[in-house]
Amino acid sequence: MECLFGFEGNGFVVVVADTSANQSIVVQKTTEDKITCLDSHKLLGCIGESGDRVQFSNFIQKNLNLYQFRNGIPLTTLAAASFTRCELATALRKAPYQVNIMMAGFDKRTGPSLYYLDYIATLQKLEKGALGFGAYFILSIMDKYYKKNMNLEQALQLVDKCIWEVGTRMVASPAGYIIKIVDKDGARLLERRGRPAEEHGDPME
Amino acid sequence: MSITSYNGSALIAMVGKDCFAIASDRRLGVNFQTIACDFQRIFKIHDTLYIGLSGLATDVQTMHQRLQFRHKLYQLREERNMRPETFASLVSAILYEKRFGPYFCEPIIAGLNEDGTPFICTTDLIGAKQLSKDFVVSGTASESLYGACESMYKPDLGPDELFEVISQALLSSVDRDCISGWGGIVHVV
Repeated sequence: MECLFGFEGNGFVVVVADTSANQSIVVQKTTEDKITCLDSHKLLGCIGESGDRVQFSNFIQKNLNLYQFRNGIPLTTLAAASFTRCELATALRKAPYQVNIMMAGFDKRTGPSLYYLDYIATLQKLEKGALGFGAYFILSIMDKYYKKNMNLEQALQLVDKCIWEVGTRMVASPAGYIIKIVDKDGARLLERRGRPAEEHGDPME
Repeated sequence: MSITSYNGSALIAMVGKDCFAIASDRRLGVNFQTIACDFQRIFKIHDTLYIGLSGLATDVQTMHQRLQFRHKLYQLREERNMRPETFASLVSAILYEKRFGPYFCEPIIAGLNEDGTPFICTTDLIGAKQLSKDFVVSGTASESLYGACESMYKPDLGPDELFEVISQALLSSVDRDCISGWGGIVHVV
């Protein structure tokens, strides 16, 4: 019951993923980091089949690093997303990677951007998106409360609302979440959250 | 759901008087969930040649990349743009290469010949070409689209009237198909 979501704010992109690593009915780990920093200004949130998830995100990270070593400059977010899409598309009809991805990045010329990339290699630039079972709840919350050019405080309030909704309305909801941000200062961890406790009250009110 | 109706799509191309119009819906969905309302299905190959691709979105994007590559290579070698009939044959050949593991997309090709006469054609997912003198449709809403186009179409329309006719045909058909719609885009050449 994974969830991965992200949205653009004013000069930044926030990506949130759950931190549970499960194997059938067993929770193996509650502090798994599913968002990889591809380089200084890119994030790759990746959910799906555990082996594919780790292997594929490392593979993309190393390939992007190689490009930067060879050519002296990093790829733009769109170029990195297109490269990732091509890898998924080539593997699709041979041995598909069962991973769903949200790629976020900040380019000097074009600013922040967020890309949705599902397991069958459909690439789409989005302002807000969600993947996994949590998406069924998160997309509706974002449709209602998302506004363009939110500042960081408003963005975190929206993240709170989404996490609350998944926590209260989804069966077997994840135990924790990790929130990462990418802006002009780079890609970094913002905070880790646990499942919303009932005492904290409903952030919708 | 079937693989060609996984993402949802609707496409029309129509012939007018020395012009053509090609239109598509803008929805990208995953079964019944809408992901985006600005998905690009119509791609410009050169100034007087457009291709619209319906069907599975990943194959739409892959086909576009492959066709753009082949056309750019053609431009470098021949130092001119491809004619619409030639391009249609290229699309057909590329699709048939994958006869036993096809790309799940059904293209519509629309272009102007060198003498200015419009050319439209469609192919199925394995490259069977179908030329037409009036209109071609493709996508999950194709049955409604056929009906709407058949009743609204008139031969020898000018660009402005053609735009009106194709837009109305598209909008009325996608309104009856839950997995396509969420806006439309029309290119008139």
